[in-house]
Amino acid sequence: MLYKELSLNHVRISLVAALVLIFPGLYCPLQAQENPYFVTYDHNLEEPGNLEVEYFSTFGTQRAGNNFHSYWTEFEYGVKAWWTTEFYLDAQTTFHDSTVYTGFKWENRVRVLKHEHWINPVLYAEFEDTNGADKTLKEIVGHDTEAGFADANGEARREHKHEIELKLILSSNTRGWNFSENIIAEKNLSNEPWEFGYALAASRPLALKASANRCTFCRQNFILGAELYGGLGDRHSFGLQDTSHYLAPVAGWNLPSGWTLRLSPGFGLNGNSHRFLLRWGVSREISGFDQLVRRLFGAKS
Amino acid sequence: MKPAVRALLACAMFLAISQLSANNNVAGPYACNALQFHLGADTYAELRKAPEKAVNRANPLENDGEAVAAGKLLFSDHCAECHGDDAKGSRKAPSLRVPEVRNATPGTLFWLLTNGVVRKKMPAWSKLPEPQRWQLVRFLKSPETAPVASVDNASKP
Repeated sequence: MLYKELSLNHVRISLVAALVLIFPGLYCPLQAQENPYFVTYDHNLEEPGNLEVEYFSTFGTQRAGNNFHSYWTEFEYGVKAWWTTEFYLDAQTTFHDSTVYTGFKWENRVRVLKHEHWINPVLYAEFEDTNGADKTLKEIVGHDTEAGFADANGEARREHKHEIELKLILSSNTRGWNFSENIIAEKNLSNEPWEFGYALAASRPLALKASANRCTFCRQNFILGAELYGGLGDRHSFGLQDTSHYLAPVAGWNLPSGWTLRLSPGFGLNGNSHRFLLRWGVSREISGFDQLVRRLFGAKS
Repeated sequence: MKPAVRALLACAMFLAISQLSANNNVAGPYACNALQFHLGADTYAELRKAPEKAVNRANPLENDGEAVAAGKLLFSDHCAECHGDDAKGSRKAPSLRVPEVRNATPGTLFWLLTNGVVRKKMPAWSKLPEPQRWQLVRFLKSPETAPVASVDNASKP
């Protein structure tokens, strides 16, 4: 019975996610040029007026508990060339347990400097309204450890979290490489200390020159790289003690049809980390979303 | 408040920002059509801000036989949405088939592509690897994107 309910909920949420992705397929796609990161942010913002719809999944192993599959949908909109806003909806399925909606997040990224520099800073601010069953592992902060994810969904979802998260994103593009560093500070608004974390990443396309013909399997469409991320304790106990860390190779494939596929197997680097995380994602960029919204509200084109 | 209601409210806020920015994206007297956009006095002023070192950079792909064709595809993927399929401009961005662009050095165009004009909606394209930006410059300097003389004449009273 439980399995039946679990699979039905899972199918329902997967169907909604699929519909969300089919919708942008009806509108003008753009060939994206996205880095393949799942956790780390770079300084490349969404083009103004464009909407990128993204679906991501994380399968995670859990010692002393059930493995899980978490998933989230992102709507990333370029408000200005220097400002991108993003809205997330999160859910997860814990095997042998249940499927639950775990909350939403709203983030904003603002480019600080007018011109491109050796290192480009971007400021990031996010509000999270989630419950304790959130397993997206979109960022690792404070003393986030594997043991904290072992509770049953019924119990974990009773905890409500309102958090703000700030990031300083530093990123460089040089000789075809992207290097990105994120310094993370997160605060649960219910009187808990600031927690800290980090994320580092590097990536490069397999070829730097574009082909003169449109092609699916050209080397410039594939981007490979790696991410390293983890927690740095909190205000009272800053450091690496009782924290978890991950190393994850990443691969991205920007298809000429406008779709981008990403894959990343992640490996826990210490005993506090999940042993294995497998992440994958699919996204599509819709050009001219701003005009679409104007028409929706009755403006003439 | 129920989680679903909170999520809906946040979603509505996201949509409201999209709507407000959409209104801003077409506001102003120069947004009426592509030809009028061209008449903005400072539309191409950013080209004059390129530092001397950037202005004098030569295109390393100047003799690359495939660069123009590759640049054309890149233009279609990343630039045509705002500047138009034929680079003659649209309500979102100015024409690139004007003497200001034609007379700019390859290094100046490369500098502008790299840095964008982020306060005026032109994104920085540093996420494209350098060779791809140089391929775009080759396309912008090719006969296919030669200035359209009639634009100026047509818009004069």
